[in-house]
Amino acid sequence: MISSFNEMYHNGTVRPPYARLEDWTKAMPAELRQMKQAEAEALFRRIGITFAVYGEGGDPDRLIPFDMFPRVFTGAEWARLERGIKQRARALNAFLVDVYGRGEIVRAGRVPAQLVYRNEAYEKAVAGFVPPKGVYSHIVGVDLVRTGPDDFFVLEDNCRTPSGVSYMLENREIMMRMFPGLFRENRIEPVDSYPQLLRRTLASVAPVKCDTEPTVVLLTPGHFNSAYYEHSFLADLMGVELVEGQDLFVEGEFVWMRTTEGPRRVDVIYRRIDDAFIDPLCFRPDSMLGIPGLMDVYRSGGVSICSAPGAGVADDKAVYTHVPDMIRFYLGEEPILQNVPTWQCGNADDCAYVLANLGDLVVKEVHGSGGYGMLVGPGSTAGQIAGFAARIRANPGNYIAQPTLALSTVPTFVEDGVAPRHVDLRPYCLVGERIELVPGGLTRVALKDGSLVVNSSQGGGVKDTWVLAE
Amino acid sequence: MILTVDHVTSYRYAQPVRGVVQSHRLTPSVFDGQTALDWSVSVSDGLKGGGFRDGAGDWVQGWSVPGPVSAITITVRGTVRTQDLAGLLRGHREAIPREAYLNETAPTRVDAALAELAASASGASDPLDAAHRLSVAVAGAIAYRPGATRSHTTAAEALALGEGVCQDHAHALIAVARHAALPARYVSGYLMSGGDGSLGEAAHAWTEIWVQGLGWIGFDPANACCPDDRYVRLGSGLDAQDAAPIRGTARGPGAEVLDVAVAVQAVQQ
Repeated sequence: MISSFNEMYHNGTVRPPYARLEDWTKAMPAELRQMKQAEAEALFRRIGITFAVYGEGGDPDRLIPFDMFPRVFTGAEWARLERGIKQRARALNAFLVDVYGRGEIVRAGRVPAQLVYRNEAYEKAVAGFVPPKGVYSHIVGVDLVRTGPDDFFVLEDNCRTPSGVSYMLENREIMMRMFPGLFRENRIEPVDSYPQLLRRTLASVAPVKCDTEPTVVLLTPGHFNSAYYEHSFLADLMGVELVEGQDLFVEGEFVWMRTTEGPRRVDVIYRRIDDAFIDPLCFRPDSMLGIPGLMDVYRSGGVSICSAPGAGVADDKAVYTHVPDMIRFYLGEEPILQNVPTWQCGNADDCAYVLANLGDLVVKEVHGSGGYGMLVGPGSTAGQIAGFAARIRANPGNYIAQPTLALSTVPTFVEDGVAPRHVDLRPYCLVGERIELVPGGLTRVALKDGSLVVNSSQGGGVKDTWVLAE
Repeated sequence: MILTVDHVTSYRYAQPVRGVVQSHRLTPSVFDGQTALDWSVSVSDGLKGGGFRDGAGDWVQGWSVPGPVSAITITVRGTVRTQDLAGLLRGHREAIPREAYLNETAPTRVDAALAELAASASGASDPLDAAHRLSVAVAGAIAYRPGATRSHTTAAEALALGEGVCQDHAHALIAVARHAALPARYVSGYLMSGGDGSLGEAAHAWTEIWVQGLGWIGFDPANACCPDDRYVRLGSGLDAQDAAPIRGTARGPGAEVLDVAVAVQAVQQ
């Protein structure tokens, strides 16, 4: 068992941002707590926020467990995170514009050509194209972990369509409904401006041929998608249409939406569909989810697509290791947030080290997500480790490894009271004409004692995340 | 040489469709080996969509035909002045780095037999020699026989069959070249074959291989040569589908019947 930084109790005292929460928990008898927990679950059920879990069978409408104990940051802590996240979002976008343009960072020998151009997320269909305002990734989800009072590390970047922001908004909503007193006693920064900021961000990247107030839509793969609830929730809060591929069509130089009053031109598409499926004339010809001809309209300036096709080349786990260098290269700044040291198994020396130390490391697939296909060395059996070693040997380039970090803990309601559980944090940075970050994010918590895997698909839960006003 | 191109493609739908959307690569490439003197593409009842030059240097043009419509005709007509550059793609502007053309796609996936064919270049003195050897090897391994393969036949399948058409030759050469670490791509265009403008062969495909110091060079294993002044280059891609001169869909049920007529002729000077 590794020893972790407890965000509430440190060196025998309660850290200041959590000061008022100690009395709050102490004053809450077990029966009240159970009643409140049941109430929270009923609220989530009623609004319909559920999370389908891939590949685990069981109830696809299972609730993602919500823990009522909030996670709290001071204003000063947040100010530093905010600067670090915005810096990263700027560098990632500069990288994307560069690798689809002249590729200066590759020519300079700072990032290997094959890592970019042989990456499965590299889209040659957008080479030479600069999207409006030079933005490829309009919503950057930066996954952070904490190991000490001042120690934050970026675990990974999500430049395509990071999900989970609906939980940030709903967790807050539910906490405010259930514990209004807490929001009177603590000065907590609001997060409810997110949908309007998102809409403003999307409108700010309208295409060159748009000469009116842009029409924004949210494109979903449909109700069978695990994040469909979030798609409809965000469309509703932004006041934009939620559409599927069949609702849109290309005619002439533009994309149109079928409406009861006839076709209406669409200027900005916030898509929650992967690149491969958005246009069968450009990508997978068998896709039924996309809009035929969309890419021709996009490349000729008739519509904007957010995130821009090809944005994924900036966020795989092998490119990740170069992000600090991107910050230096494009911005001329030192990174404010650190990367986790990472070994690339595609590199023979790194691979040898990883295979010799599997018991101490976390190993992940380069393109993996959702906590699947990973090995947490310290929690694994000898058999699991040997099996994973064979997979690494068979395809070393597909794996990276990192030290097992002692993720910080936050008190969490458990069966018999309150106990520390490991957490991470995903804030959502918006990039358009301006860069915006609402003070908050999604805190995920590993509900199992000692577990370091916070993914909701692996039994993780969520918490409300507070940033205190200074 | 001055070549005239007359290329008519028609689609007939069993039932009227609600609309057609297409993406065309039907404009001659811009490089030292060819200059379009006049060129036009028209689509019956079509609305011209957005057009742009893509990262590969090709002109891509969107078209749509509002429905209901039962048939459409795409007519390409023009005259191109060509020059024999021994296959060199000199003076061509493009933004996609050559490394991207090492990426495998389904029709160009290497199996054991293709890997063995790729080994025929192992004694080559330099990459140019290797490319020539691979082209000769592909020509020897896949005999030209129209009708032997279909549009979705892979390089591996064509090699196993030992027969195919220009698409199969191009896919096989791409597969073995990439296996030998040479960037390679599919090129679609026109060919004046036999000097009589006979149909079928005039819509042609070949391969380009990137050679250090020289750049992209065309190889046509189907005709055991490098493209010369009988060839008109339209566009390129990772495979036939990616480089297709016409990609499109019709909104509506039912079958479509495709009819293509191509004639390429030399203008007497």
